[in-house]
Amino acid sequence: MTIKDIHSYLAEFDDIPGTRVFTAKRARKGYNLNQFAMSLMKAENRDAFRADESAYLDKWNLTPEQKAAVLARDYNAMIDEGGNIYFLSKLFSTDGKSFQFAAGSMTGMTQEEYAQMMLSGGRSPEGVRSSKGGY
Amino acid sequence: MARITAGLTSSHIPALGAAIQTGKTGDDYWGPVFQGYQWVKDWIAKPENMPDVVILVYNDHASAFDMNIIPTFAIGCAESFKPADEGWGPRPVPDVIGHPDLAWHIAQSLILDEFDMTIMNQMDVDHGCTVPLSMMFGEPKEWPCKVIPLPVNVVTYPPPSGNRCWMLGEAIKRAVESFEEDLNVQVWGTGGMSHQLQGPRAGLINKEFDTAFMDDITANPERLRKMPHIEYLRESGSEGIELVMWLIMRGALGEKAKEIHRFYHIPASNTALGQMVLEPA
Repeated sequence: MTIKDIHSYLAEFDDIPGTRVFTAKRARKGYNLNQFAMSLMKAENRDAFRADESAYLDKWNLTPEQKAAVLARDYNAMIDEGGNIYFLSKLFSTDGKSFQFAAGSMTGMTQEEYAQMMLSGGRSPEGVRSSKGGY
Repeated sequence: MARITAGLTSSHIPALGAAIQTGKTGDDYWGPVFQGYQWVKDWIAKPENMPDVVILVYNDHASAFDMNIIPTFAIGCAESFKPADEGWGPRPVPDVIGHPDLAWHIAQSLILDEFDMTIMNQMDVDHGCTVPLSMMFGEPKEWPCKVIPLPVNVVTYPPPSGNRCWMLGEAIKRAVESFEEDLNVQVWGTGGMSHQLQGPRAGLINKEFDTAFMDDITANPERLRKMPHIEYLRESGSEGIELVMWLIMRGALGEKAKEIHRFYHIPASNTALGQMVLEPA
């Protein structure tokens, strides 16, 4: 099955509530941010980052918005600026935090509320499949 | 001749590796998951089921591949692969030992079969590859079989279609069956099931979708082959797209397959976990 129309293929992604699909547009916007995050796979880079976060970030040619989002550990803002969660995982791993911590931090819930929601079976897809369709 | 004897699915989430590393496999939270994997651990430990080689389909999570290189389908042809440092030091597990003869044979065959693979002669493997090995084989000093890592891009859009994944699986089957050595080869499809790790919709789980997916992987694979990306995204969360990789495993089993075993569990951290054993029928 081939996709005939790339424009409608991409446009549909914007119809999913609370979700930013990592399209080429986002990948281009977030290139430097994601490459910064990748650099934290090396222990010496993690040490340098921890020693002076701001100075370390200045080496990566981030936009002011990207830099502020990293310093604030605002994962929603980082994703808005083109970050991808698997790249950003190097940042929260450097902080000693888990995927559940990072994911929970983006929902507006407390960590306890988020963990409890997952224990109770997770977030229902009901009503959050499509903004336009409302289903 | 080499042959594909079984297809397995497994979650590959890093929290499973962390649970092993921190001795939490028996606690209230993780206990049921590890008990659920006991069946497949016992099954695969039997000599008749132990593979000589596993073709392990997974996605690299920004470890071997950064934003500079994004292969849709890659195949590890090296002698061995080291566990990647993903930000907390490499997982303390054995190096993954490859099967370069079979891997190169598959790579060449696939390219002649019009699948233009990226060949990896040096590659670190992340939790996507090593966590399923830990879940199936526990904590041995060396992994008990050879592994051919086969990373698929499901991170930067567009990932391959489900149908393309299925067709790659079919081509892998043809390639394996034309390898002269007598080898028991399994294909593992990893990742999934429903989960979303980002944004205000994080935490999405869809048991109904997952159950139908597991049902139809044997009952109605045509439906899954045709499922567009948007349906995975809407129904199974933004990271549920990893399920397209199961279709590589399924395509490699041939037209018909039978389900031998199924284990499904919610939650494993942010995800729904599905562990299946299938055999060609």
